Amino acid sequence: MTPSRTAFAAILAKDLRAELRTLQSLPAMALFAVTTFVIFRFGLDRTSLSGSLAAGVLWATLLFAALLGVNRLFVAEREEGGFDAIRLAPIDRSALFAAKATALFAYLVVLELFVVPVFALFFLDSAAALGPLLAVLLLADLGLAATGTLISSMAVHSRARDLLGPLVLLPLVVPLMIAATGASEPLLAVGGPGYDRFGTWLAVLSLYDLVFLLVGYAVFDFLLED
Amino acid sequence: MAETFRIPAVRRGETTEEAALKLAGLRRDYGERTALDSVGLELARGETLLVLGPNGAGKTTLLRILATLLRPSAGEVRALGCSIPGEAWKLRGRIGFLGHEPLLYRDLSGRENLRFQARLHGLRGEAADTRIAELLAAVGMERRADERVAELSAGMRQRLATCRCVLHEPELLLLDEPDSNLDAEGRELSRLLIGPGKGRTRVIVSHDPERFEAEADQVLRLEVGGKMAVQ
Repeated sequence: MTPSRTAFAAILAKDLRAELRTLQSLPAMALFAVTTFVIFRFGLDRTSLSGSLAAGVLWATLLFAALLGVNRLFVAEREEGGFDAIRLAPIDRSALFAAKATALFAYLVVLELFVVPVFALFFLDSAAALGPLLAVLLLADLGLAATGTLISSMAVHSRARDLLGPLVLLPLVVPLMIAATGASEPLLAVGGPGYDRFGTWLAVLSLYDLVFLLVGYAVFDFLLED
Repeated sequence: MAETFRIPAVRRGETTEEAALKLAGLRRDYGERTALDSVGLELARGETLLVLGPNGAGKTTLLRILATLLRPSAGEVRALGCSIPGEAWKLRGRIGFLGHEPLLYRDLSGRENLRFQARLHGLRGEAADTRIAELLAAVGMERRADERVAELSAGMRQRLATCRCVLHEPELLLLDEPDSNLDAEGRELSRLLIGPGKGRTRVIVSHDPERFEAEADQVLRLEVGGKMAVQ
């Protein structure tokens, strides 16, 4: 049996190399997010947002941009026989879940490095909230990566994967979005960042991450069976 | 005085001298359609089984069951002493599978694909690179090995797929139309890697009986609807 760490590193390196070479996911995610910010800016006809409205615009945009990455996560495995190649290898299949979730997490972090400053430029009066917002972004990314990987691995076998993925994923991430906007709202309040119930929402995000990482690890082996 | 013979006790699960393949009453259904029905045979280690039959007779289904990629609907399947699907995890890494798809990532080069496969099978570093270089040279692909798979012809992909299939030196080769897309030179070169000998057990699916019949120890003829005959 090949050690899980070796299999994890091999699959992750393969995915990142393929993405760097083809740029199939990240540019589309970034372009979608920036375009959505432009639409919100003109649609709401406001040059400054704060509180719950700012948090809602940020998280709705990031969630739908993430869906583009989620939909493509297993396409190469499905269309180029990667699932079979991995199932034939003497590895623990949860290494595939861990590697795919890590790749999606990395895409989301890179996406946010680019689009969150754009969001601040478009809608925020000061950049003071960006520091503490980092913790919310990282915890929400982890939850999105775990849930997105799990759902994507199921949806990719369907011909209607572009519809099925979001249809199953969106209800599952409602608690994550509530916690992420709840934690972001006081940070984006008028007059600078506040920390009202910030810790509670971070705890909810952490619990969500833990549950879906464990569920993914436990069920992924069964999802790969015929 | 009559001689007495003692039958050696064989513990359950012991693999010594066990047939490489043992199928009994194998059936596989896809919904209401039966692809394989009552398939049974035994193949000794190092032997070659040729599977023949028209399209839709279940040849690929049989191969995918032996590769642990599909579960049988009923019957007993044992490969290299392991029961399928119960002990499938013990078989992974001991099987070389060459199917209709090359199982190569189009956006990686041939060498990168083989390195990826090598790591999944626990081969790393210089040993892996040496093995990959040997295989690429054997199929005449060393000069095109660093090109993306998407840019290669179907025949070249098949040569790379042949390398992938034997990279980890499997004991059991499952070959589905191994010559497809290959020119005469490609067929000869790939024969060096997947041909008879080296003590490996082989199951070959083919539409061309003449090509492999001379190498076969047994021939399994499948018919549409799941019927079979062994020669």
